[in-house]
Amino acid sequence: MDLIIQPPVHRVLCADCGDVIEPNSANLCIPCLRNSVDITEGIPKQSTVNFCRNCDRFLSPPAAWTQAQPESRELLAICLKKLKGLNKVRLIDAGFIWTEPHSKRLRVKLTIQKEVFTSTILQQIFEIEYVILHGQCPDCTKLAAKNTWKALVQVRQKVNHKRTFLYLEQLILKHGADKDTVSIKEVKDGLDFFYAQRSHAIKMVDFLSAVVPIKSKTSEQLLSTDTHSNTANYKFTYSVEIVPICRDDLVCIPSKQARSFSNISPLTICLRVGNSVHLMDPSTLQIAECTSPIYWRTPFDSLATVSDLIEFVVLDIEPSGQTRGKYVLADAQVAPAKAFQSGGAPAGGDMDIDGSTGGSDAIYHTRTHLGGVLQPGDTVLGYYLSRNNFNSDAFEQLDPGRVPDVILVKKTYPSRRKKPRARNWKLKSIAKEAEEIEDGVKGAGRGALGRRGGLDRARVEADYEIFLRDLEEDPELRNTVNLYRADTNMVAPTIKRGGRGKAMDVDSTALATTLPAPEEDGEDEDVEPDFPEIKVDELLEVFDDLAIADDTPPDVV
Amino acid sequence: MATRTQFENSSDIGVFSKLTNSYCLVAVGGSTNFYSVFESELGDIIPIVHTTIGGTRIVGRLTAGNRHGLLVPFSTTDQELQHLRNALPDSVAIQRVEERLSALGNVIACNDYVALVHPDVDRETEEIIADVLKVEVFRQTVADNVLVGSYCVFTNQGGLVHPKTSVQDQDELSSLLQIPLVAGTVNRGSDVLGAGLVVNDWCAFTGLETTATEVSVIEATFKLQGNQQSAIIGEMRDALIDNWA
Repeated sequence: MDLIIQPPVHRVLCADCGDVIEPNSANLCIPCLRNSVDITEGIPKQSTVNFCRNCDRFLSPPAAWTQAQPESRELLAICLKKLKGLNKVRLIDAGFIWTEPHSKRLRVKLTIQKEVFTSTILQQIFEIEYVILHGQCPDCTKLAAKNTWKALVQVRQKVNHKRTFLYLEQLILKHGADKDTVSIKEVKDGLDFFYAQRSHAIKMVDFLSAVVPIKSKTSEQLLSTDTHSNTANYKFTYSVEIVPICRDDLVCIPSKQARSFSNISPLTICLRVGNSVHLMDPSTLQIAECTSPIYWRTPFDSLATVSDLIEFVVLDIEPSGQTRGKYVLADAQVAPAKAFQSGGAPAGGDMDIDGSTGGSDAIYHTRTHLGGVLQPGDTVLGYYLSRNNFNSDAFEQLDPGRVPDVILVKKTYPSRRKKPRARNWKLKSIAKEAEEIEDGVKGAGRGALGRRGGLDRARVEADYEIFLRDLEEDPELRNTVNLYRADTNMVAPTIKRGGRGKAMDVDSTALATTLPAPEEDGEDEDVEPDFPEIKVDELLEVFDDLAIADDTPPDVV
Repeated sequence: MATRTQFENSSDIGVFSKLTNSYCLVAVGGSTNFYSVFESELGDIIPIVHTTIGGTRIVGRLTAGNRHGLLVPFSTTDQELQHLRNALPDSVAIQRVEERLSALGNVIACNDYVALVHPDVDRETEEIIADVLKVEVFRQTVADNVLVGSYCVFTNQGGLVHPKTSVQDQDELSSLLQIPLVAGTVNRGSDVLGAGLVVNDWCAFTGLETTATEVSVIEATFKLQGNQQSAIIGEMRDALIDNWA
């Protein structure tokens, strides 16, 4: 027997195998310790991960669904989250072992440490197999069951044009209020906005009440209840009605109402619709603000709308001194614009109507609030009251002698509008302009509106053009929406053609909005010099918020 | 011979029994299995006494004793004392000790000639130990543990000490006790030797969890086997472990 005399190192025998070891707290050698204590105890060796085949997402417990590439950190995080006992050990390392994708298995190699006895830490490497369970996530289930929305905001305005909604769309875009919208649907007299959550819909209603005068009503439909857990599943509907009075409408306020508006003359025009309706008596410059609660207490309708406007030519104008902001009270002499058209007096129906009031060449005296902008020779749009027949009790109660023949509303620029010209700016839309891409024709459906085709679409097209003109002519309105620079190749020719005539000056300085065709150069002298141009610096680059827009493109149903 | 046993599913048999060269104390248990193990080994050699100390079953930890005497704590009732007196041979002195550290089994480790005691034991107690057990008393620690009764077990033949006792400490203790000492474990790696092991000069009882390796160490250390191995222990204690490994 060979006895090797070792230096007196302090050793004991392993209790299990009798190996010589340095004493530790378990007094077992490492292999015996590993045999006796399983530090992976309590960690399942097999587990499952849920995977939605429709949207390629994994269930990240407890309820989130996340995209994860195979063998990615995200997937590893999901896998580790599935393991129950992992909080009792110290995780040192984790990594995937390659598996065939078709096997529906994931293998993860884990290295863990655990203190088995006092100051005895054991480290172990082991493998966990995950079975990928294919299923449907709740979102896809909803989609498949066509049960995508939980709340609906029905926005309605009972008028025969869509300009309010075109404007509203731009407001929504500017304020990003469409962020949570699941889908938008066009219906008669308005739009339906769909939301996945009730709070989103409430937010939308709040937004609407901040920008337009509305009346809203909430209702809910019970889908299902669980009496055991005392939960109920509802669909919420918010019916929002917008005041049916638009900008430039002629309004005859009921006399009682007019008295409460600091005794304003009942015949007013609507200057502006913001949070409330701003009404002005053009003959005195008196302004009344009608908030939505007051309006809905005694609703009244507009007497005539923008489609009833008729062009007049200003023969003479004389400011009478009174001003209010940009409005200047003036006495004006106007004649219907038709009287100046070549080809003599129009024949037919028009003459019959005019017969009683002196024909189309009559000159009218009226008071107007547009004294600041009108010059003799200008064309102006106005309501031809003496030629119209209104069906309104409030109007009937007015003293006919005090009703003016003509009420002027806004200046217009007919020579400039004579030819359809390309604009160097454009608006965005909530909806993806699918048709546009399809047939390559610009303007087939205006954003969320005009997608029902036929006559409706044509009307929306006309409304859209009016809306764009309004934007061009009213800087205040323009400030509330986002304008984007259109394709530059459409504007390029303007830069070459500078320094010819007064309109050209405008062109060269401001990169004209409108682009006269080359053959009508001779007519340029007729163009109104004070045509409101949109400055280039007002326009935004399209890509400014392209990323945001592309992120979640809401689809029109 | 070393015998593995357990007391009511516990391997800490040293808690429930006390074994010396002249008597054995066994706790009163629910069944007599534990008692029977002792009886089968020792029955016709030394008296085996069923008893409680102060109404508790942890007789092994509360008492200290050797061939000459038995020390019991102050909590021992008169009745128990009378019972012990009746059961034990007349040559064994029994003394009730008024000591703050009342778990005498934990604070005193002894054979028939020497005793190691807790460093904080009273001077009077130390004298009583010396008188009753007829031993030389040393105040010592084992691997920095003051509970010498818990962390070392020794007989007249040899001793087992806490596995973390350094070589120098072992040498020192060995020269004090004049017996060979080995660092070892019982009950599969447990270092509480006093709880896992009761031993006298010719037989040993260990907890049921004690492994074969540990049993072989115990048998060799306490010279419970043939002469050959005990010679090796006596002569070359330092190389002992290597020899078996």
